[in-house]
Amino acid sequence: MKTRLRLSKLPPYTKNAAISYGLVTAAFVIVSLLKAAGMISSSLQGQLVPICCYIIMAISLNLVVGISGELSLGHAGFMSAGAFTGIVISGLLETSGLPEVGRLIFAVIGGAIVAGIFGFLIGIPVLRLRGDYLAIVTLAFGEIIKNFMNIIYAGKDSTGFHLKTNPELGLEATGRMLLNGPMGATQVQRISTFTAGFILVLITLFVVQNIMNSKQGRAIMACRDNRIAAESIGLNVMKYKLMAFVVSATLAGMGGALFGLNYSTLLPVKFNFNTSVLILVFVVLGGVGNIWGGIIAATILTILPEAFRQFADYRMLTYAIVLILVMIGTYNPAIRARLGMLRDKIFPSNKEDPKAKKPRWRKSGKGVA
Amino acid sequence: MKKNWTKFLVVALSVMMVFAMTACGGGGGEAAPADGGEAAAQVLKIGSSGPLTGGASIYGTAVKQGAEIAVAEINEADPSFQVEFKMEDDEADGEKAVNAYNKLKDWGVQVIMGTVTTGSCIAVSAEAFEDRIFELTPSASSADVTAGKDNVFQVCFTDPNQGIKAADYISENFAGKKVGVIYNNSDPYSTGIFNAFKAEMEAKGGEIVAAETYPDDTNADYSAQLTNCKSAGAEVVLLPIYYTPASVILKQAKDMNYAPVFFGVDGMDGILDMEGFDTTLAEGVMLMTPFNPWSTDENVASFVEKYQAAYNELPNQFAADGYDGVYAIYNAFKAAGLSADQENAEICDAMIGQFTGGFTYDGLTGSGMTWNDKGEVNKTPVVCAIEGGIYVDK
Amino acid sequence: MIFLSNLINGLSLGSVYAIIALGYSMVYGISKMLNFAHGDVIMVGAYISFCGTAYLGLPAWLALILAIVVCTALGMVIEGLAYRPLRGTGSLAVLITAIGVSYFLQNAALIIWGSAPKVFSSLFEGFGSSISLFDGELTVTWEAIFTLIAAILVMIGMTLFTSRTKAGKAMRAVSEDNGAAQLMGINVNTTISMTFAIGSALAAVAGVLLCSSYPALMPTTGAMPGIKAFTAAVFGGIGSIPGAMLGGILIGVIEILGRAYISSELSDAIVFGVLIIVLLVKPTGLLGKKMTEKV
Repeated sequence: MKTRLRLSKLPPYTKNAAISYGLVTAAFVIVSLLKAAGMISSSLQGQLVPICCYIIMAISLNLVVGISGELSLGHAGFMSAGAFTGIVISGLLETSGLPEVGRLIFAVIGGAIVAGIFGFLIGIPVLRLRGDYLAIVTLAFGEIIKNFMNIIYAGKDSTGFHLKTNPELGLEATGRMLLNGPMGATQVQRISTFTAGFILVLITLFVVQNIMNSKQGRAIMACRDNRIAAESIGLNVMKYKLMAFVVSATLAGMGGALFGLNYSTLLPVKFNFNTSVLILVFVVLGGVGNIWGGIIAATILTILPEAFRQFADYRMLTYAIVLILVMIGTYNPAIRARLGMLRDKIFPSNKEDPKAKKPRWRKSGKGVA
Repeated sequence: MKKNWTKFLVVALSVMMVFAMTACGGGGGEAAPADGGEAAAQVLKIGSSGPLTGGASIYGTAVKQGAEIAVAEINEADPSFQVEFKMEDDEADGEKAVNAYNKLKDWGVQVIMGTVTTGSCIAVSAEAFEDRIFELTPSASSADVTAGKDNVFQVCFTDPNQGIKAADYISENFAGKKVGVIYNNSDPYSTGIFNAFKAEMEAKGGEIVAAETYPDDTNADYSAQLTNCKSAGAEVVLLPIYYTPASVILKQAKDMNYAPVFFGVDGMDGILDMEGFDTTLAEGVMLMTPFNPWSTDENVASFVEKYQAAYNELPNQFAADGYDGVYAIYNAFKAAGLSADQENAEICDAMIGQFTGGFTYDGLTGSGMTWNDKGEVNKTPVVCAIEGGIYVDK
Repeated sequence: MIFLSNLINGLSLGSVYAIIALGYSMVYGISKMLNFAHGDVIMVGAYISFCGTAYLGLPAWLALILAIVVCTALGMVIEGLAYRPLRGTGSLAVLITAIGVSYFLQNAALIIWGSAPKVFSSLFEGFGSSISLFDGELTVTWEAIFTLIAAILVMIGMTLFTSRTKAGKAMRAVSEDNGAAQLMGINVNTTISMTFAIGSALAAVAGVLLCSSYPALMPTTGAMPGIKAFTAAVFGGIGSIPGAMLGGILIGVIEILGRAYISSELSDAIVFGVLIIVLLVKPTGLLGKKMTEKV
């Protein structure tokens, strides 16, 4: 039995995990200190919680896109389910005398569970499909969730909780609307905090990294890399894909609840196709399957449009151009090779061992002929 | 080995990010006092946000342009008291609006004249309530905007108010006629008016024979909704929607030889000024609008002239709301005897005192406007009909 | 009679979707990428045509040709600048780039043409507004008739092009097997570029037809029809010409009938719901080729 934990002696994945937690914690501590010292602008302070949410969304989507190898275009739908569930739960508990932290915990758990259930129900049909067909069906489900949120009305009064598809809930005068169809949720008490966001990011990291390094995770990746080979050695592909999908939806619901409770109002249209795409952009830009890349991309791409405000009318145009250039810069083979050469020039000792080179993410289309 | 490189990159990027954050923070903090020190005259910083890009950008742009005319007039009239106006883009999205609001705070905003759309306004007003910054929204019309917030006031009517007024007018002037409605069920504005309209119609014993909705996308097809209204025999069709979809509805109704009385609300204003619109399609359309650009009122005429000179288009109701918003703030600010170097919270309290204490404002969108302690405006809605391509009061 | 009129409206909307879906499908077939910017090329086409008639005073047909020419060029430029550098790097990177292009086109249009919606004057204005049948109980617009005819003509034209001409055969070869086609002496770059050109020309036609029927023109006009047409292409079996046609028309009809008879609140949910059911029964769409996997 060793009493001293030595980083270098740990198995590589535990070491990597420990480093991730350390880095996230360090970032949190530094930002918190700067915040306490008043050195962060209000503009950035207001974005701290959304950044945490988007990091959670990016990590959770990475589980589907990167680890499980399926393209999902409806991730915002799960975020929506989580957000509105969280808002309803927090609203119902408002009068219970529970402290804000307690309500946030219940809301996040509730949001995660409901989104997980959605993930399960949607995953069963969706995962029977392949490739781009699967992508379009996730898009369809995202739109359907949005469409249904537009006709859901919920409220509470002394007689309890009411849920209908039209606004006539028959609430008492003292009752309060929690969900108001297309008007979404209003008068939401904002109980999300940066600390809560940080803890949820850690939880998400913990879950995803543990899955990646577990037996199940390796099975999921095996299904991604070669479905037929995985099936032939007796893996239940459907089960593992569904597992990744449900966990991803659950985490997204968690992030959604955090997001929903950070604003005093939330409209169902917020979680449209564009939001799903935004999260996908984080994942792809950060490198598919690369958790860290996703975290950094989510952070930078959330801050970037705000930083472009000085361009005024040309803000979104600039954003679009930067997005295209960055994609070409990171993925174009010629540019990549040149960057690699540059890297070798600056860090000559960093020569790669050809034997250690392994493909990190194979295109899923490779196996199809 | 490759791992090391990635790790280095991650650490480097994180460090860079932290530096960038601090830099932002430092920059924001220093900029504010420098501005205040330079100017000799008093400078009041009014901030706003609205959609300047995206599908709703027409409304944000109109408010911005209207407000800028008011600001130019104020600054010209009194060199010792200058208004600085800054409008940020929020894409009509609550999250972006809060970001924009925080950006305005970094800029040193003292009074908020915004935001333009309802959803983002509810999000921002909760923040402004906490920060004690006075807020007057030109055009966010939901009752939720002001509910529970003593520092938030509206220039425009609330949605339920409009729905009720529309129901009252229709049940009075079109008594016994069958009524159809086409509304946007993913838009809070449209649904808010419809829900109040429906409740009031039922109370008045009116008959809604068809209530049709459409999802939120441009260029949608409305033929199915119109067919349903037509087959239900609706003689009056309420369109509590914005003018862009309304222009398509009018064309499709004409194509199918369906000619009920179309009744619009304030969102219908602007339809005549759409580039390429055949104004004969709108002949006979009735609408409730607080602003009539063809009015002979002196102030309106002067505003319209300046607006056309500056932007080469006819101002719509949103532009007038923006203009009124700036002037209402300015007048109340002056009436309260405030000075621009006071704290935001002091300004906020004094402004609330003004607005709830009998302050009256004569503007383009109504004369003798007063506000109640809920933040709602009290002004008379005007029902107009479109005749010969202009509004005629009814 | 009401049903008939709803059906005709559905066919008309569906024909527009079909033409857009055809462009989507061809581009997908050859480059295996979901070109999300396709919907925005439609918008550009409509704007160009609008400018042609309103500012340059061109007759409608000439404005249409102008729009086709501009969109064809635009399609080739987009392909060359944004997609070609990423060829062979997996569909995800190109997908995100396509989204970037879509944002770019929308915001460029916003800056060039402003945020105020323009009212598009119909291509068929000269014909009068509509034909009245059965004592005015049924009205059919000229737009509906011509849109349907245009969709059928485009489908026939594309089928002939891909089966009879050398260039069309090259396109099919490239979409079947990129590498083998190159070995057979087909210039893959030119062929892909040509496919984008044709797809974008179709987008221009679709844009003009779309805005003739539903005249409000804004920078975001193409977004939703783009998504719907994408759905239609998958519905019919992506990569197949008759599939895109069938998928487009069915989506249009389902959308209108669903809105008229089931719920106008949930019409989108109905469309997407039907799509999901069809894909579960036929995983590659109605007329899609069945893919076999080899180890």
